[in-house]
Amino acid sequence: MKLRVKYTKTGALRFIGHLDVMRFFQKAIRRAKLDIAYTKGFSPHQIISFAAPMPLGMTSEGEYFDAEFVSFTTAEDMKMRLNAVMPPEIQVISIVKLPDDAKPSMALVTATDYIVTVPFAVSDAIKELLQKPEICVTKKTKSSEATVDIKPMIFELALYDPSVHGSNVVGVTEAVYMKLASGSSRNLKPELVIGALADTAGITLELYSCRIHRLETYLGEEDALRPMYETGEDF
Amino acid sequence: MSIQALPDRVLMEIEKPARYIGHEVNIISKDPSKVDVRIAMCFPDVYEIGMSYLGIQILYDLFNRREDTYCERVYSPWPDLDRRMRDEHIPLFTLETQTPVADHDWLAITIQYEMCYTNILQILDLSGIPFYAKDRGDEDTIVIGGGPCTVNPEPVADFFDIFYIGEGEVSYDRLIELYKAHKAKGFSRSAFLREASRIPGIYVPSLYEVTYHGDGTIEAIRPKYDDVPATIQRQVVTDFAAAPYPMKPVIPYIRATQDRIVLEIMRGCIRGCRFCQAGMIYRPTRQKDVDMLKTYARQMIDNTGYEEISLSSLSSSDYESLDELLQYLISLRDTDHVNVSLPSLRVDAFSLDVMSKVQDIRKSSLTFASEAGSQRLRDVINKGISEEQIMKGCEQAFSGGWDKVKLYFMMGLPTENDEDLLEIPALAEKISELFFDTVPKEKRNGRVMITSSSSYFVPKPFTPFQWAPMIHPTEYTRRAHLVKDTFNQQRNRKSLKFIYHDAEISYLEGVLARGDRRLSSVIMTAYKKGAIFDAWTEFFKEERYTEAFAECCVDPAFYTERERPDDEVFPWEHIGVGVRREFLLSEWKKAQEGVVTENCRSRCSACGAACYGGGVCFEAKS
Repeated sequence: MKLRVKYTKTGALRFIGHLDVMRFFQKAIRRAKLDIAYTKGFSPHQIISFAAPMPLGMTSEGEYFDAEFVSFTTAEDMKMRLNAVMPPEIQVISIVKLPDDAKPSMALVTATDYIVTVPFAVSDAIKELLQKPEICVTKKTKSSEATVDIKPMIFELALYDPSVHGSNVVGVTEAVYMKLASGSSRNLKPELVIGALADTAGITLELYSCRIHRLETYLGEEDALRPMYETGEDF
Repeated sequence: MSIQALPDRVLMEIEKPARYIGHEVNIISKDPSKVDVRIAMCFPDVYEIGMSYLGIQILYDLFNRREDTYCERVYSPWPDLDRRMRDEHIPLFTLETQTPVADHDWLAITIQYEMCYTNILQILDLSGIPFYAKDRGDEDTIVIGGGPCTVNPEPVADFFDIFYIGEGEVSYDRLIELYKAHKAKGFSRSAFLREASRIPGIYVPSLYEVTYHGDGTIEAIRPKYDDVPATIQRQVVTDFAAAPYPMKPVIPYIRATQDRIVLEIMRGCIRGCRFCQAGMIYRPTRQKDVDMLKTYARQMIDNTGYEEISLSSLSSSDYESLDELLQYLISLRDTDHVNVSLPSLRVDAFSLDVMSKVQDIRKSSLTFASEAGSQRLRDVINKGISEEQIMKGCEQAFSGGWDKVKLYFMMGLPTENDEDLLEIPALAEKISELFFDTVPKEKRNGRVMITSSSSYFVPKPFTPFQWAPMIHPTEYTRRAHLVKDTFNQQRNRKSLKFIYHDAEISYLEGVLARGDRRLSSVIMTAYKKGAIFDAWTEFFKEERYTEAFAECCVDPAFYTERERPDDEVFPWEHIGVGVRREFLLSEWKKAQEGVVTENCRSRCSACGAACYGGGVCFEAKS
């Protein structure tokens, strides 16, 4: 039976890399004594796959993995058992049961949204940026540089408002909410949007002066985005 | 938001920031303001190495069981962070509370190998603690050293207030109680150290005076006061049932060198190899109860979630309940998906049977610590393994499907000659021929590979070879080339590989291993020239030391290349490890005659370790 687990990654653990988070959960599931399924063969490993790897330094309350279980109890019980053996910085938010024919989540992610705290007044820059017909930025890869129009990959961009966008990022003077294309076909990093906002405002940003917090990971087309947990059902 | 010693911009720009953030699973959280003693426990090397070391986990657990004590961990910042901390004046901090090391009562440093000595200075420097014990005042952190190098701590003696000689389980409670009492009545560093020196195993180097002869050898090491003991006796655990074991080890997020449960089954070794320091200083051999170990294994699997468990000892095959323990651990494979890894196992029918159950034969290799190429030289070093045993083990292994063999050797052993060395490639060649004789063509999957690797022999204190000279690096290189060239002439050379260690680091290790207090200035000078992480070939620079020796007027050859006379007073003469000097000297004589000594179980050689009143010395009687 396949389950989808939504979890947080916060605080100091934002400096733990994606592969290490995977290894962490492999051990945590064993400590919690959950009946996860293993592959056959000489060196069996857990049947588990993680969605949307997150870069170092970012926090999140919308991370996911899917895992195959031989048997299971209730979502509440499993969540409790996992959370009891994990640090407060990584905690399970919810667990849902996936339909038997559910495809691997990794390939299906289309969007993610973020709250980014910034060290400058950003409200005017947002308005100005949204009015532009195209937003051209330089995208660097390991081997080349290219100018790309990122506007089609920005699904939403607004001044952060806790009553609208949820979560509760405290002690924030200025923060931006953004929902961006994410996944294997097209992918936009929040840093590029922040860079464009700073340019618009005429500000030179110091490195690492923004805090990026991921809220949710989505599946589906741009006009019908659904949070990943909606694919499954409660149990 | 939790406290973080390093700002984001630093963490984002250094390698593996997870080394420095703490928050691991199973760490201990306490309120530092509610304890009497704060201890910063340090392994002076990079996090992944330090986190793999069982000793720190044992002490961390031991100290934190006490309500009045909070023990936190600290490791050496990698050179990238080292530079940032110096540039930005960030003091070295502990992982748990991310607070400065200098705010702790004690800084306890485990000294595992000589090449970490400059990292000790790095730790003191970044912590802002004065380098020299004599420059520290009542307010400064007490610096304590422990671990195997403390059987001869003299080269770093000036940097430490205290050395704890021996196994931590025995005397640390007394030291904490004494410290608390002194703190309560208004702390005086000198009064505390003076009284501490009377606790068994506690060595306060500033309370001893060393005098030298005109030729540079030591005349005597004497306590400065009558109430300070003349000999510091290494402490050992004799009752493991009463000793704590870390059942909830701290689990790193990043992959450590030892990324598995470590189950210590035994301390000490019955074999008595004459080059091996561990085999002498950890005597007597003491086994842990098999039922207790089964319980430990079960609980540690539950507490960690690790998928692998490794047995730890110097020679697992000599653990008498090994069969029973392995049967149990193998049974956990099916129920708990736990794999067993088996280092330091003798290759025989039994171990091959076990290994075929727990390892993928095609991926794994068999290891023989032959140590010397010829039987003559193996008798000199008392390495109780014969060519017949190696060939028999290989034959069984090849029949069982293995096709990779590793052989370990040392070059520069006492009495070694070119004939002995030429036996190294000859043995490898014989093993490869055995493969072709044993395994029919249709059953060979790819090429057989015999890898021989050789290190540069370093004589160590408290071994029969403590009197022996170390060969000069030029001579070592000549011998290595001779062996390498001979390998290239073998018929099956394509199945043979020969690798050998660099000469420079081992030679320096030889100087430091049997060094005395006059070396502290050399270590300090090399550090000031930028030496840190000397155990890492990518950071080690020989010229720092060459210059340091010259500037300090110290001749390294005095420490390495001299054969010591029988009655020379050693820098470690005031340390007692159970094994007596007379025994070691008779072993040195027997070595030169090529006479072997039986292991502790077949016949007691009255080495002196029976003074501890436990272990193998009393096995027959109990």
